[in-house]
Formats: sequence, structure tokens, C-alpha cells
Amino acid sequence: MKQRRRTSIVAGACLVFCLAASVVTLHGTDKLRPQATIEDVLFVSSPKVLKRASLGYDGLLADIYWTRAVQYFGWRHYNESKSYNLLAPLLEITTHLDPHLVVAYQFGASFLAPAPPGGAGQPERAIQLMEYGIQNNPDDWKLYYDLGFVYYMNLHDYKNASDAFARGSKVPNAHPFLRLLAAQMAEHAGDFDTARMLWSATYQNSQDKQIRQNAIEHLRGLRVDEDVTHLQEAVTRFGARTGRLPASITELATAESLPGIPADPDGHPYKLMSDGHIEVRSPDDFSFATKGMPPGYKPVTKFHYGQP
Amino acid sequence: MNARIGYIASNTFREAVRDRVLYNLIAFAVLLSGAAILVGQISIDIEKLVVINLGLTAVSLFGIVIAIFIGIGLVSKEIEKRTLYTVLSRPVRRWEFIVGKYFGLAGTLVVNTFFMAIGVFAALFYVSHKFVRADALILVALYFIVLEFLIICSLALLFSSFSSPLLSAVFAFSLFVVGSFAEDLRGFAGMAHGLTRWLATGAAYLVPNFSAFNVISSIAHEQPVAAQLIWHNTLYALFYAAMALSGAVLIFERRNLK
Repeated sequence: MKQRRRTSIVAGACLVFCLAASVVTLHGTDKLRPQATIEDVLFVSSPKVLKRASLGYDGLLADIYWTRAVQYFGWRHYNESKSYNLLAPLLEITTHLDPHLVVAYQFGASFLAPAPPGGAGQPERAIQLMEYGIQNNPDDWKLYYDLGFVYYMNLHDYKNASDAFARGSKVPNAHPFLRLLAAQMAEHAGDFDTARMLWSATYQNSQDKQIRQNAIEHLRGLRVDEDVTHLQEAVTRFGARTGRLPASITELATAESLPGIPADPDGHPYKLMSDGHIEVRSPDDFSFATKGMPPGYKPVTKFHYGQP
Repeated sequence: MNARIGYIASNTFREAVRDRVLYNLIAFAVLLSGAAILVGQISIDIEKLVVINLGLTAVSLFGIVIAIFIGIGLVSKEIEKRTLYTVLSRPVRRWEFIVGKYFGLAGTLVVNTFFMAIGVFAALFYVSHKFVRADALILVALYFIVLEFLIICSLALLFSSFSSPLLSAVFAFSLFVVGSFAEDLRGFAGMAHGLTRWLATGAAYLVPNFSAFNVISSIAHEQPVAAQLIWHNTLYALFYAAMALSGAVLIFERRNLK
């Protein structure tokens, strides 16, 4: 009995020690080969083969591939990667396995369309994905909205954006704003108002916290872009009138009869630089603003998985 | 059902419970609760989908594995342990033994599925905090899964009546895989010509067609299932299981047990 007990203790200790040693060794191997992770490998790239291999359990496999696509995008986005080679194939597999997984089209397009590091910079693949989604879910008006969104925001193709919104407006139970967007797009493409309308619609039509936060960030960025554009025009007018640049933002506000010192969405007054440029005080607080940034400023990437 | 079949069935059920078959429920519970918690953290907007897809897939796969691995041993184990002779020396006919075993295994799987279904609904409630009318469709998927089990049980028993456990497992599992491709096989038959067409068509209708039973994905998207499909699948499963069971009885009746 004593002998058997001793053997058990030795074997148990040996097991624990060897397990720990193998984990440590593997950890070391991973450090030696940081790029050799399974993350960048798609062993089976054909959606048709995978669908067959799923033995009918394609719904679960689609969920797994969708989660993998989210993780792939999230990790690369977090690391500010410039290449997202596997993203489109992962989304293609996901949507072929489950053509009714609407969330994969909606978010997938917003992963694919924006330029790196915000996204994969593949708006054409995003369009393909959305069209495939519409083909399989023709009664889902949100897909038309997202398609128009990609055309508008990423490709600046206002005609196709208008067409997508118009197509969506004909779907039964479509939200009335699609018709409005189609008309707005045709008349005022590229306006701040149109962009604001799109982001407001995104905010209102999502229950997802991060998407709503993302829409807010974009609306803040748009407001900065619009303010800076107007203030820059005011500086030009001031120069034309007086032959010099305004000495301060206060002088500019007084000369233009503005109601107060112009401020950004956080309430911080805009800065007038010595060369006449308008800048925000805290550029990092407006990650999606394209104007009012210091020269050479690189925006801090924030992890927003919503639309660009 | 005569009393002797009932006794054999209840003994088969008890034996399965004694073999700790229902322990798979623990693995199922861990899998489902883990997925329900984890998926919300690592994926986007598919918590409910995953609970339904994973839950029903697990119910199906666990059940198929149980059906195959218990079914293949139902007859051979009795012969090996020589308990079959004790049973057959009493006024029990061979066909009653086979049918009783079948009902015992099917009953085990129904009970197992019942507990797993409770787990699926509990996980669903955990992620959605409420039930909606469309959730009732899950019951249809569970019913189809049970129908699938009826077929698999009968096949496992059929193979068990003449083959060794290992070969029975291989045959039953292969037939399950081939049955999942039955629609493709029929498509292939449609494209073929001459004798190949006849052979392929024959094979397509001979193997069990499991693809019609798999509605998990569409139910996860709250798409309704046609009442006709429920009716057709029920009839098909009953006919197919009865056919395989008849085959098992035929073979077992003629088998030399000396």
C-alpha cells in the first residue's frame, strides 16, 4: 500500500512538472516564431467545400467563422495593421455557410471598406459582400442602407449610393428615410448635412453600444470639419478685407459677428495659428475629423468596429 | 407493445444509465453555458444564434454518438457476456429482443434530448432575458433531431445484429455521413446517364436522407418550418427506422447463436 502511494505521488508530481515544462517550452517556441500562428492560415478556403464538410451543421460553422473574422479584424485593427488579406475570404465563407447571417454583411462591409488602419481598404469587396447579402435577403432594407453608405463614404460614388438607397426604399417595411436619403444624395452629395444625416441614421438604427458610440465620434468629427471649414473661410474673408490675418480667434469672432468664441464639440475654443490656420486644441479627441489637425498629425486609431 | 418488449426496453434504458451515458449532460451544460458567456465577449451580435446553433448541434451530435456507440453493442455485448442466452431461454422471441432493445435506446436518447432541451432554453433565456414566439420553433428542430435518432438507432442495431462492434460503428457512422450528402447524391444521379444514373438514384434513395431533418440554421433565423415537412419527415423516419429494424430482426432471427 505504502509503495503504491509513493508511486502515485511520484507519478502525479511527474505529470504536473512535465505539463508545466511543456507549456513553458511551447511559450518559448511561440516567442521564437511570432508570425507562425494559426491566425493567418485558412486551411480550407472554399466555402462550398466547407459547407459540404459541415454535414448540415453549417449554421454553427458560420457562427465560428464569423467570430474568427471579428477576431481577425479586431486584432489587426488593434495592431494598426495595413494588410487584412484573410478578412474578405473569411467573410465570404461565413456568408456562404449562412446566407441569412445579416450581421456578417453589415459589419463585414464596415470592416472591409475603410482605408487601413481603420479597415481593410477593400470597398469593392465590401460592395460584393453587400450585393450577395441583398441577393439572399432581398427584403432587408438595412442592407441597402449599408450598401449606399459604402458607396457614399468610401467610394464617393454618389450616383450608386443614391441608387442603393432608392432600391432599399422600395422594399416592404423600409424605413422612410431611405427615400429621403436617395433624394438628398442626388441633390446634395458630398454635403456635411448629407453625411450628418447618414451618421444620425446609423446612430438611430442600431442598438449596439459600440456602433452608436462610433456614430457619435463621426458626428463629432463632422462638426469639427464643418466648423473649421467655415472658420477658414472667415479667415480668408478677413484677410481680403483688412490685408492681414486676424491676431486671435477673438478678433476673428468679433469681426465676423459670431455669437461667441467658436468652440469644438467639447467646448474648447478653436486655435488660430500664426499662419492663419484653424486648429482644434485636442486633436486626439476627434479621431475622425479630417480638418483642424496640426501639420503632420497622425490620428490615434480607436477600436471602433462600426462604419468608417 | 407487449410486456416483454417493455421489460427489455426498460432494462436497456437502465443499463445505459448505469453506463453513465447521461454524464454527457454535464459536458453539454459546460459547453453551452461557456459558449453563452464567451461568445458575447469575442463576437458581435450572434449570442442568441450561437446558443441555438451550438445547442441544437450539440444535442444532435451527442445523441448520434450515443446512438452509435450504444447501439452497436446492444446485441454483441449480450452475446459476449452470454446474457442473451438467459434472455432467450425464457419465453422471449428474438424479434421482441431486438424491438425492446431499440425502444430502450430510443427512450434513452429521448430522455437525454429532453434534458438537453431544457439546457438550450435556459441558455437562451440567459442571453435574451425573455422568450419570443419564434423560440417555439426550436421544439420543431428538437423533434427532427429525435427523428434522426430513431433512424440512427435502427441502423446501429441493424449492423449490431450481424457485425462486430468496431465494424458496426464504422458502418453506422459512414452511413450518417453519406446520409448527410444524400441530396448531393441525388443531384449527382440527376447529372449521370444510363446505368450510373440508376445506380446513383438507387443509392440516393437507399441511404437515409438526413439533410431534410437539419433545420437548425433556418430556425436560428426564426424562419418557419412547413407543416408538410414535419409530416413528411415523421413518416419518413418511421418508415426508414421500421425498415432497418425489420432488417435487423430478419438477420437476427436467422443468426446461429450457438
